[in-house]
Amino acid sequence: MTIRFLLNGETVELSDSAPTLTLLEWLRETRGLTGTKEGCNEGDCGACTVMLRDGDGARALNACILLLPQLDGKAVRTVEGLSGPEGQLHPVQQAMVDHHGSQCGFCTPGFVMSMAVAHLNGDRDHATTLAGNLCRCTGYAPILRAAEAAADQPVPGWLDDDLPGHTGDAFRPASADELAQIYTAHPEATLVAGATDVGLWVTKALRDLDPVIFLAGCDDLKGVEIADAELRIGAMTDMNAVRAALAPHFVSYAEMIRRYASTQVRAAATIGGNIANGSPIGDNPPALIALGAHLHLRKGDARRSLPIEAFFVDYGKQDRGPGEFVEAVSIPRQPDRLKCYKLSKRFDQDISAVCGCFNITVEGGIVTGARIAFGGMAGIPKRARHVESALLGQPWEAGTIRMAEAGFDADFAPLSDMRASAAYRLETARAMLGRYFAEDQGETGTVLEVSA
Amino acid sequence: MSVTSPLPHDAARLHVTGAARYIDDIPTPRGTLHLAFGLSPVARGVIEAMDLAAVRAAPGVVAVLTAPDLPFANDVSPSIHDEPLLAVNRVNYVGQPLFLVVAETHLAARKAAKLGDIRITEETPILTIDQALAADSRFEGGPVIWQKGDAAAAIAGAAHVIEGSFEIGGQEHFYLEGQAALALPQEGGDMVVHSSTQHPTEIQHKVAEALGLPMHGVRVEVRRMGGGFGGKESQGNALAVSCAVAARLTGRPCKMRYDRDDDMIITGKRHDFRVSYRAGFDADGRIEGVEFLQYARCGWAQDLSLPVADRAMLHADSAYRLPQARIESHRLKTNTQSATAFRGFGGPQGMLGMERLMDHAAHQLGLEPVELRRRNYYAEATGGPAPAPAEPPRDISGQKKGGSGALPQTTPYGMEVEDFALHGITAALLESCDYAARKQAVAEWNAEGGAIRKGIAFSPVKFGISFTLTHLNQAGALVHVYQDGSIHLNHGGTEMGQGLFQKVAQVAASRFGVGLEAVKITATDTGKVPNTSATAASSGSDLNGMAAQIACDAIRDRMAAYLAEAHQAAPEEVRFEAGEVRVGSAVLSFAEAAKRCYEGRVGLSATGFYKTPKVSWDRVKGQGRPFYYFAYGAAVTEVAMDTRTGEYRILRADILHDAGASLNPALDLGQVEGGYVQGAGWLTTEELVWDQQGRLRTHAPSTYKIPAFSDQPDIFNVALWDGCNREETIYRSKAVGEPPFMLGISAFLALSDAVASCGSAYPALDAPATPERVWAAVRRVRG
Repeated sequence: MTIRFLLNGETVELSDSAPTLTLLEWLRETRGLTGTKEGCNEGDCGACTVMLRDGDGARALNACILLLPQLDGKAVRTVEGLSGPEGQLHPVQQAMVDHHGSQCGFCTPGFVMSMAVAHLNGDRDHATTLAGNLCRCTGYAPILRAAEAAADQPVPGWLDDDLPGHTGDAFRPASADELAQIYTAHPEATLVAGATDVGLWVTKALRDLDPVIFLAGCDDLKGVEIADAELRIGAMTDMNAVRAALAPHFVSYAEMIRRYASTQVRAAATIGGNIANGSPIGDNPPALIALGAHLHLRKGDARRSLPIEAFFVDYGKQDRGPGEFVEAVSIPRQPDRLKCYKLSKRFDQDISAVCGCFNITVEGGIVTGARIAFGGMAGIPKRARHVESALLGQPWEAGTIRMAEAGFDADFAPLSDMRASAAYRLETARAMLGRYFAEDQGETGTVLEVSA
Repeated sequence: MSVTSPLPHDAARLHVTGAARYIDDIPTPRGTLHLAFGLSPVARGVIEAMDLAAVRAAPGVVAVLTAPDLPFANDVSPSIHDEPLLAVNRVNYVGQPLFLVVAETHLAARKAAKLGDIRITEETPILTIDQALAADSRFEGGPVIWQKGDAAAAIAGAAHVIEGSFEIGGQEHFYLEGQAALALPQEGGDMVVHSSTQHPTEIQHKVAEALGLPMHGVRVEVRRMGGGFGGKESQGNALAVSCAVAARLTGRPCKMRYDRDDDMIITGKRHDFRVSYRAGFDADGRIEGVEFLQYARCGWAQDLSLPVADRAMLHADSAYRLPQARIESHRLKTNTQSATAFRGFGGPQGMLGMERLMDHAAHQLGLEPVELRRRNYYAEATGGPAPAPAEPPRDISGQKKGGSGALPQTTPYGMEVEDFALHGITAALLESCDYAARKQAVAEWNAEGGAIRKGIAFSPVKFGISFTLTHLNQAGALVHVYQDGSIHLNHGGTEMGQGLFQKVAQVAASRFGVGLEAVKITATDTGKVPNTSATAASSGSDLNGMAAQIACDAIRDRMAAYLAEAHQAAPEEVRFEAGEVRVGSAVLSFAEAAKRCYEGRVGLSATGFYKTPKVSWDRVKGQGRPFYYFAYGAAVTEVAMDTRTGEYRILRADILHDAGASLNPALDLGQVEGGYVQGAGWLTTEELVWDQQGRLRTHAPSTYKIPAFSDQPDIFNVALWDGCNREETIYRSKAVGEPPFMLGISAFLALSDAVASCGSAYPALDAPATPERVWAAVRRVRG
């Protein structure tokens, strides 16, 4: 397939590269651009961060799990393309030098690229924009100082890029209709949305994938429609966009998404992909189940919708037929009673041991609605139905919480693994209900809200 | 003056532009081959058969090697030749290299390496400390025991006895640049190796053995590593030797780098420990006697485990004078990765044992923890700088120090503590961080009885500086002054991010009185400086800075002698400063002076050699002076913890650290900040999990969680203690690589403090204190 994109301001056109060649491997092995580093080859360390621009603006992405066809029609800048034509340092580069932000220097190009994207976008939430860049030397303090120092400097003009036109072919549909057509014809194909999961099939499982359908061009699957009755999120909406769209409506969900993977991963990962891959530890499904969301599936011209919890049939098995794809997910408008508790060893960019999402409605002191769902507690994202029933119709008070807590034993029999023991999962799930109640009474919910 | 200037890292500009070259970035000649290991899926057993036909048939594969294919030595051990490059007959851990794939691309090698059909008769693996003890599986035959006085009797007669035991997890280095090597075959069978290693001489040595060459047939070069932390002291041997052997066999350049998962599965990590303690305290909280039992899980091969375990014993006193002590150390052999060097080299585990004991004692005796510690500190040094070193090392009788003023105060291994600085550091830190008031505020917060608790804790650091294997305390440098006045600097130390090259360049610039731009920093090269020690034990600047100074001074003295004679001045009147050389009334630029000296046939190249004075150590007896001096520091950490889930955050950390008269305060502060965060990571979120088959389950950053950006403390105040080294080190500076790592212990103790607020029992936290362990401890103290 032919791919056209801009690399550090120069047009690149590739005609016969393998569909699963990663940008990182191509940069380093074919182009000799070795500033972009391989630290983990799975999107967790950020050493390979590059800047990608398209009609939606600039994003930081991990080149190690970015497949070349995803770049079509976009502009990529690597660290080699960040300095000016006369070798002038970008303000974030200069600040990193001035504030001693590099020690061994291996993570530095990735940091610099994440910082440059945030700088371009005027985003000063450094803890969030840099959560996906690991550094083992500095302890991050000087990098934070550098990011703060550069924030007020102007964006250099040399970063402006004119986007090249798309190429495209049948395996790179430009709309949901085209996708429906090609996927019906090739139901055996692997769908690639953001490649944050499929990328690892390539780099870690060393699988050869063929055929592959790239969804990046399906603009009509992107975006969030806010109607009176519901929010409808297109399957190809990336998780940073989902976070931004949900923030005014579901504060805790948006905060959970802030901790979900990293800025780079969220810029690639789509909500449709996170649901469709059926992971029992994906963080969107429990929140969506608690909100009573519906999933919208399509095969050819046939469409159907189902409550999202019905999609998850069993471990590794979803209610999705051959050639069928996720088109959107819709969330009914409702008062924001949702709290999402993502429990992991590390706050940022860590897969949840338990993700508990609580949506409990209280009217006149009585529980009138309870939708509670968990990730990490079963082979699928799963509702806590016994707990819900124990709460419904009961007074919203400590005694009810204590009584309802027993329901967790009936609802869940979690496993032990490297993230957590079964007992810890079960007991913290129980404790999250207490936290929800306590927060509702005005108490501090988590240590993230506490300062020295 | 260049020394003491807070200059940026020498490669900072290269780092931020992506131009700094690491091994995998070096342009390779056409035809370079790529290597990958086939790994054992079994922790312990006998290899019955290896069918590698599918590997050989895989696309792009050029050769597949097994142990019998190796032409000479099949060994990559840094110590006792117990570590075959490729397994022979037996497998000893999951991840042990069995065969070596040589292929046209990295990806082809990795893919082919998965295709081996290996038949192994499995045996029950020895994985845990308990299993190793039950099987008496150990190195050195039996435990090592060092004693000072009669600890048991002292404990028996003490007013209070504190007793406990806890587990200390290991730690993955997680250097951002994985292990890598590149071998370039030369004419006549010689080999040039580029390796990401802290120990080029050892790479040279092991490659020479593997090729059947004298060491002069192998040259090893290292410009920089993308992080080391001890993980590249011995763990790079396997890659370098593989590349060299494959390059010899194929006649083509060979490169090998581990994929991150392979790196974590194959290479050794920090030793995990169990420490049991029993101590007697008098009515005032002074230690009368203490017994430690240290169990180190060393993995399958000896590697550096003996000196690591020794250093744990050497730091069992932490910062406290122990009148009577008994330290017993077990070095256990298990079917896991061979544990190796990691920043602190056993010292952190030994110190944590003592600090845990202090934490437990303060809780049980109801004493303020910092007050208890200060009561037990060694006495403060009161004298000035030590006299110039004399040889043999015997000058310790003259200077008695300390508030108690009486007998010399010795460590449990008989070394006099002459430079103790923690009374002053502690007082200054407690004041600057407002400890007393914050401790009170934490108590008041916790008295509210909410679900979220706070904790605050102090911990000190006293870390011994020198290799405990005395002969390693030597270094060389090679300096050239060219006729245009530019200077070429080389020494045996390696750059892994710590800023060693810049510090030594600052020394060289200062000796010649020139700007730093006149000094070219060059890659570590076994062809320039031979017989180097690993850049380890925090010794890089101390050793190489001195060696460079000696080399520079040799040239400078020759230049001075020549110029003095030419200007009828005395050599000692010749001044090298501000880029100029002043001889009597004449002023020459340094470049002019160099040209004049060249034309006057003055040798403008010199080597420098340095060996640390005063150290002597008998590790069998556990007696002597293993360390030239101690580096000190202290930290106070405050945390918040959620009793419902065990989740926690570091809210604030305050640090005061002793880097002597710092050669470069900016680089030293970087070591302190980074060391603290890495140390806190070790004791909090960084958890290594093996399953019952001995498979490491946490072998990628998706499952092994080093501190991320937001894990730095919200408030992070770091300062250097304004002091100078009592001993005559390079510009009276102190080593700073490892010591700050142990400041992270305060974070662990702060979590213990937060948990303790939940009930009356002692929290007895194990490390790492993951949220789950904190949560379990909360339940424990609540009873």
